Amino acid sequence: MSKQHINIDDIPIESLELVDVRADDAEKITRPSLSFWKDVWMRFRKNKLALSGVVLLILLLFMAIFGPMMTPYNYYENNLEAVNEAPSAEHWFGTDNLGRDLFTRVWEGARISLFIGFSAAVIDLFIGVIWGGIAGFRGGRLDEIMMRAADILWAVPYLLLVILLMVVLEPGLTTMIIAMTITGWINMARIVRGQVLQLKNQEFVLASQTLGAKTNRIMNKHLIPNTMGPILITMTLTIPNAIFTEAFLSYLGLGVPAPLASWGTMASEGLPAMRYFPWRLFFPATFISLTIFAFNVIGDGLRDALDPKLRK
Amino acid sequence: MDKVLEVKDLEVSFFTHAGEVKAVRGVNFEVRKGETLAIVGESGSGKSVTTQSIMKLIPMPPGKFVGGSILFEGQDLVHKSDREMESIRGKEIGMIFQDPMTSLNPTMKVGRQIVEGLMKHEKISQSDAKKRAIELLDKVGIPMPDKRANQYPHEFSGGMRQRAMIAIALATKPKLLIADEPTTALDVTIQAQILELMNELQEEFGTSIIFITHDLGVVANVADRVAVMYAGQIIETGTVDEIFYNPKHPYTWGLLSSMPDLTNEEEELTAIPGSPPDLVNPPKGDAFALRSAYAMKIDFEYEPPMFQVSDTHFAKTWLLHRDAPKVEPPPIVQKRIQYFREKKQGKGEPNGSR
Amino acid sequence: MFIYILKRLFFMIISLLVIVTATFGLMRAAPGGPFTGEKELPPAIQANLNAFYGLDQPWYKQYFDYLVSIAQWDFGPSFTYKGQTVNDLINNGFPVSFYLGMEAILVAVAVGILLGTIAALKHNEWQDYGAMIIAVLGISVPSFIIASVFQYFLAMKLGLFPVARWDSFMHSVLPALALATTPMAFIARLTRSSMLEVLSNDYIRTAKSKGLSKNVIILRHTIRNALLPVVSYMGPLISAILTGSFIIEKIFGIPGLGMHFVTSITNRDYTTIMGVTVFFSILLLVSILLVDIAYGLIDPRIQIAGKKGD
Repeated sequence: MSKQHINIDDIPIESLELVDVRADDAEKITRPSLSFWKDVWMRFRKNKLALSGVVLLILLLFMAIFGPMMTPYNYYENNLEAVNEAPSAEHWFGTDNLGRDLFTRVWEGARISLFIGFSAAVIDLFIGVIWGGIAGFRGGRLDEIMMRAADILWAVPYLLLVILLMVVLEPGLTTMIIAMTITGWINMARIVRGQVLQLKNQEFVLASQTLGAKTNRIMNKHLIPNTMGPILITMTLTIPNAIFTEAFLSYLGLGVPAPLASWGTMASEGLPAMRYFPWRLFFPATFISLTIFAFNVIGDGLRDALDPKLRK
Repeated sequence: MDKVLEVKDLEVSFFTHAGEVKAVRGVNFEVRKGETLAIVGESGSGKSVTTQSIMKLIPMPPGKFVGGSILFEGQDLVHKSDREMESIRGKEIGMIFQDPMTSLNPTMKVGRQIVEGLMKHEKISQSDAKKRAIELLDKVGIPMPDKRANQYPHEFSGGMRQRAMIAIALATKPKLLIADEPTTALDVTIQAQILELMNELQEEFGTSIIFITHDLGVVANVADRVAVMYAGQIIETGTVDEIFYNPKHPYTWGLLSSMPDLTNEEEELTAIPGSPPDLVNPPKGDAFALRSAYAMKIDFEYEPPMFQVSDTHFAKTWLLHRDAPKVEPPPIVQKRIQYFREKKQGKGEPNGSR
Repeated sequence: MFIYILKRLFFMIISLLVIVTATFGLMRAAPGGPFTGEKELPPAIQANLNAFYGLDQPWYKQYFDYLVSIAQWDFGPSFTYKGQTVNDLINNGFPVSFYLGMEAILVAVAVGILLGTIAALKHNEWQDYGAMIIAVLGISVPSFIIASVFQYFLAMKLGLFPVARWDSFMHSVLPALALATTPMAFIARLTRSSMLEVLSNDYIRTAKSKGLSKNVIILRHTIRNALLPVVSYMGPLISAILTGSFIIEKIFGIPGLGMHFVTSITNRDYTTIMGVTVFFSILLLVSILLVDIAYGLIDPRIQIAGKKGD
């Protein structure tokens, strides 16, 4: 395209004058520099699977909020005249063995499952950032002790501990969230610590330290924004894990107590009825899977978008 | 002298989301038997793409040969199949890479990594290949080669690893060796040792070398001829003496003035302002014009042809047009040219050509 | 190497102590648990409990005695089964669970690596998307749903396999597949990303520049290095198989330790829960230690023998 040839002798003499272009034009040729998060978003947006995860998640959240209001039923009232009904205009997702409307219960369950997932992630984040941040930033002996303690706790098999706690403690939402976070934060703490250690010695932090910035300020201004990426990924992957664990516990009969309905309890109640009333399993199972799917692809998408190695 | 390699009008592009990146835009050069050609340029100038194209190591897709030919001993490599290339790579053409840290397989013993290539190209037994590998390690200056052959790369230092890489590349006595910034990742003292080793081995094997670097300082010590690349094109080419004593292209001047560690005197280094152009939409005319202090109106209209300076010296700049204003290189470059001349006379030996 | 293992053993024992203590403490706190006497128990079981835990003794004596029993591989009596000890349950149930678990691990590792390798070699082609869709599904669908769907369609509808019970190899196929699905999906993803990472390494280019053929490069330089992270996933894999077995054994009516454990949870058979938890914990910690040692032996970059014994 740029190859336009001209006979050397045809060149008009005035076009061979020096012109000064450098000062104003030299910078124009460089690609516009994007801010980090804008860049991440650009790359994330190109990942269609991850984007579909976001759309799916927004739909699920919307239905969790408004779904139960769309029907004249509530999640706990039995109706023995309409037991195990197939999906119809009256009951969109059918009814269960006590005649409760499954559409209402599924979205009520969405609230509980998502609440468990998000709470677990937020609590993990809270403890993990504090623990890992302090350990990494202070370093030395304190770091050694804190991380050893975490290692020992980490070695305790997660699900066994959760089961044990659920057996002993009073069943309920709070218990479940406590049980899940009791060792869940360790992963977050390790990641935060690793990031802090890596960043601590980088020039810009050393520079602000020599300039006399206070520890708090360094943490807030430099470390936390820079560790956001891996933290975000870990959180997105904690949520589906928690929802999974909830379903697992429900199946063992350690779920939230009736008449509360989580997707896990609904699915495990629906299992034995699978042969005759498949919709009782189908709806909760589908939505558990869709939710976990959405979070997983979002997490993958974030990881790819945040990985600077792929930056071209 | 006969040509080992002749690259003609080579064009290589990468087809990405952002569009066609024209990484190599019509490159011509040749390598004669036993000589060293240095290709110099900033990162992103297309020098690595050019040389990896010769070995066909460019991932395709997204890479693609758009035009031109690569004649190795008269055969066009562009149209060779993967199968045919396998018998050329590592046998006829060897390659050394920039980072010896990552260029060796960390989970394979160093000896085995040499043996592997030998066994592929020569009909020799495992034990003979092993013997040859140990000899090679000895030849590239690795002490206790029989013990070292049984070690993993992480047990080697950076300089030793690069020596091992050279042993791998020269195992089958290739006719052409491509060294892609082989000393960039090494300490200065080790750099010198590696360069010396390459010079020695070149004399012994009669290998031709393409030496890629962004550092003109290294070029003076190894090369016979130099090609300066910018934005996917060769913009000046000549013998070492011509490039160092009589550079013609403003970009070459820029490279010369940004070269560190030449003298002990304190002097400022001048960086070339701006950055290389976007090769998705290469600028019209002279790609360097926007960064040049010697740009002319015509630079924004027409791409300059290769003007001949001498039999061996060519430069792609409108400044060489007979009607163009006569400009002198900037003072710092003149000073350096002066310095090279003095150094050459003082030492009584030519700086660079052996 | 020796010092490294000793060090790891030491920390493993501390972790075990934490587990045993936590278990003991939680059981003491449990309403209707073995130590509270709130529940009416058959006299024979009460006598067993007294004999084992020394219920008339102070708590620290009970705790200490319990530690000693565990060290002697004695997990105590069952809370609800007369004349059964937890050791009996383990001896009966564990071989079954072990067989099932091994079968599942084999399937998960073999299929997972295969899928992951195909996906990486055909990066961004339909094979890649296909394998990764299978993997994301495997991760997203809880195993009890997968197990039920398998059971319903493959056994009940199509009659290809027995619906439940544990008599022959055919009985083990469906449960092993169901158990393997989730870890298989993880392994496939892990293999794929690790392969892609290895393929982008400079030494692959070096291998290519030696003139090695594509297949040789993949077999000799890629797969081996790409599988190292998969080896380090073996620890979590064993633990996933173990907890997965609770559900799978129950669904398929397999008389393994997992099913006993679930039954004991439903019956609030506290002493069995306690004993089996401790047993599982020991099992997991030992396997993870073995996996780590194996990893150190496979990867030459890790020198656990050297000074950096951490």
